Amino acid sequence: MSLLQVNNVSKRYAGHVALDDVSLTIKEGEIFGLLGPNGAGKTSLIRIINQITGPDTGTVYFNGELLNPKHIEQIGYLPEERGLYKKMEVGEQALYLAQLKGLSRSEARAKLKYWFEKFEIQSWWNKKVEELSKGMAQKVQFIVTVLHQPKLLILDEPFSGFDPINANLLKNEILEMRNKGTTVIFSTHNMGSVEELCDSIALINKSKKILDGPVNEIRDQYRENLYELVFKGNNLSFTNALWSTAELIDKPELKGSYMCAKIKLTTHKLNDVLMSIIPFVEIVSIKELLPGMNDIFIKVVSEKTGLRPEEINANMTE
Amino acid sequence: MDKILLIIQREYLTRVKKKSFLIMTIIGPILMAAMFVVPVWLATRENDQSQIMVVDESLMFINNLPASKSIRFTYQPDVTYEKAQLILSQTKDYDALLYIPKNIIEGGITVKLSYKKNIGALSETYIKDKIEEAIFKWKLLKNNIDPAQIEQAKTGISMLTEKITEDGNKEETNTDANMAVGFGGAFIIYFLIFLYGAQVMRGIIEEKTNRIIEVMISSVKPFQLMMGKIVGIALVGITQFILWIALTIGINLIAQETILKGFNKKLDEYELNKEQVLSKSADVSAISKAQKDPGETIEFLKGLKAIDYKTLILLFLFYFIGGYLLYSAMFAAIGAAVDSEADTQQFMLPITIPLILSFVMAQTVMQNPESPVAFWGSIIPFTSPVIMMVRLPYGVPVMDIILSVVLLIAGFIFTTWIAARIYRTGILMYGKKPTWKELGKWLFYKG
Repeated sequence: MSLLQVNNVSKRYAGHVALDDVSLTIKEGEIFGLLGPNGAGKTSLIRIINQITGPDTGTVYFNGELLNPKHIEQIGYLPEERGLYKKMEVGEQALYLAQLKGLSRSEARAKLKYWFEKFEIQSWWNKKVEELSKGMAQKVQFIVTVLHQPKLLILDEPFSGFDPINANLLKNEILEMRNKGTTVIFSTHNMGSVEELCDSIALINKSKKILDGPVNEIRDQYRENLYELVFKGNNLSFTNALWSTAELIDKPELKGSYMCAKIKLTTHKLNDVLMSIIPFVEIVSIKELLPGMNDIFIKVVSEKTGLRPEEINANMTE
Repeated sequence: MDKILLIIQREYLTRVKKKSFLIMTIIGPILMAAMFVVPVWLATRENDQSQIMVVDESLMFINNLPASKSIRFTYQPDVTYEKAQLILSQTKDYDALLYIPKNIIEGGITVKLSYKKNIGALSETYIKDKIEEAIFKWKLLKNNIDPAQIEQAKTGISMLTEKITEDGNKEETNTDANMAVGFGGAFIIYFLIFLYGAQVMRGIIEEKTNRIIEVMISSVKPFQLMMGKIVGIALVGITQFILWIALTIGINLIAQETILKGFNKKLDEYELNKEQVLSKSADVSAISKAQKDPGETIEFLKGLKAIDYKTLILLFLFYFIGGYLLYSAMFAAIGAAVDSEADTQQFMLPITIPLILSFVMAQTVMQNPESPVAFWGSIIPFTSPVIMMVRLPYGVPVMDIILSVVLLIAGFIFTTWIAARIYRTGILMYGKKPTWKELGKWLFYKG
């Protein structure tokens, strides 16, 4: 069952196209990664889902209904540009933002109490926001984003500016919420940072969606049968034994007291490869090297545009 | 709707709780009261007399210049000018030195006043007048004319102005009082629009720089946020104004009991005298002369009392709110378009020009409240809040007021519409300073 259905959405600003015929399906209860370089159109899409702007063409369905203002209260949004009123007290501020999401004052107070106790920050209630450190403010921002128990949680560049401890805390909270049935959208240009969390992803580049689907399937699709093999024994005899069954990508290198090689399967299965080398060396470990989302992104873009991978990489880090 | 109330509530409470609000609330009425009380107090207080040493080389004025409440002359016939200057600078006996050259009578000669302590513009004029008067008398005598005859030929009159209303009633007015009240009201509106309009702008820039804006508009519509802020700050302004009125009345009541008590008594005496004057038209000069100085102030105070304050305050509130809504919408658009207060300059100009212009016009309108400038100024929404305030105390035709009110309402609906379109785009733009052309484009973006 899909929670969010984006159909052929386009959005154009004066002089440039932000989204070009983008369609997505986000299933209920999954963590969805919206990945792509800066300026690809991720934030434009998120603003449409949040009804901050409307699409020029195309439709968005939330929970089977055409997106409308009452859905605002079922969405929690942590924007990339996030902040708080500096002069307000933390508690008052949290109550205010929660009420704007449709909670009554007493409801909001009870829920805030739960979260403040959970994060052990009760003592901050009467502090002014400007007295908080950046990390403390991030915690408050996260709490007000999830306080109204949204069905859909949208986090735009959630880990930028977070220290590792807070980032971990955030990850755990998000996983806990997903387990309770919340659907989560992560939007980030840092594809490696969220891929282990995501169930499905969509890759966006230059206002177009270039790839989407469940992470496992995409990985299967783009797996290159690369393995990292660690062994003990003679380098030369290993290379000779491998010669007939698999391709050696990186020559074995000494790592500690072991040798480490990268191989690629071609015609033979992994079992055959292993059998051919077992008589000559002692195998310590073997692990498949799955492509990261970053690699997949570069591959897909390079296939579609004909650019060399190095050029794409350079574009992304701009 | 609940949400906009929440926003109004926050904008209102955070500002009313500030210390600066309390300070403004207290200082405002003191200034306002001072506007009314100080002139009266100045007129009635016993001044310290300035001691003026006179070195008169023409020998015409010795013991001839009358002392006043604030000036006393001491003649030094045997002292040279240079010596007198030394005396002035080295002793504490004199505040100033008046030097009259020998051939003063020929005219075109400069009299010199050196001072240690400034004696004030009024006293300077007084001295000049008295010298001229003395020369005048001297010349009359020289030509065998009796100064008393000339004096008799002068006839003092005082003027009573009254406005005839449409139903034939007469209202006694005083132009000076009308000017004071009209200009005072206009100034307050001008000041408040700037003060609170800028607060709207600053509030929006704060939301942008704090990066709270996107969090907010994922919960509420940009228009709700903008209107919530504008209305919230308007309520702060109205609260402040009501507190000011209450405090001003309070201060004036205290003043009535103390400083102005003597004055009200004089007012009654004056009325009695005037009636006598009007009944026995004989000997007008005597009484008018006797009453001249306090008479002006009393007519002024009477004029103040004659103004229809109920209508005035109601219309003041309307023009304050209308003018504020008109201008604050534009201030809001600017706040949304820029990233920091430093960037506001180029956009502020088109807003401040009509506002400052209306304030400059107000001073002409004050002199001539029935002129075409006054009429158009009080009709066009960008200037009407200030100009109409100046015109109101003189009495304005009902049709003019209705036209002006309708146009002002239309005006602020129009500016709010434009501002809302710039606002909703501007608040999400970071890091670049837009041009006028871009602002124009924003007007036509699709939501």
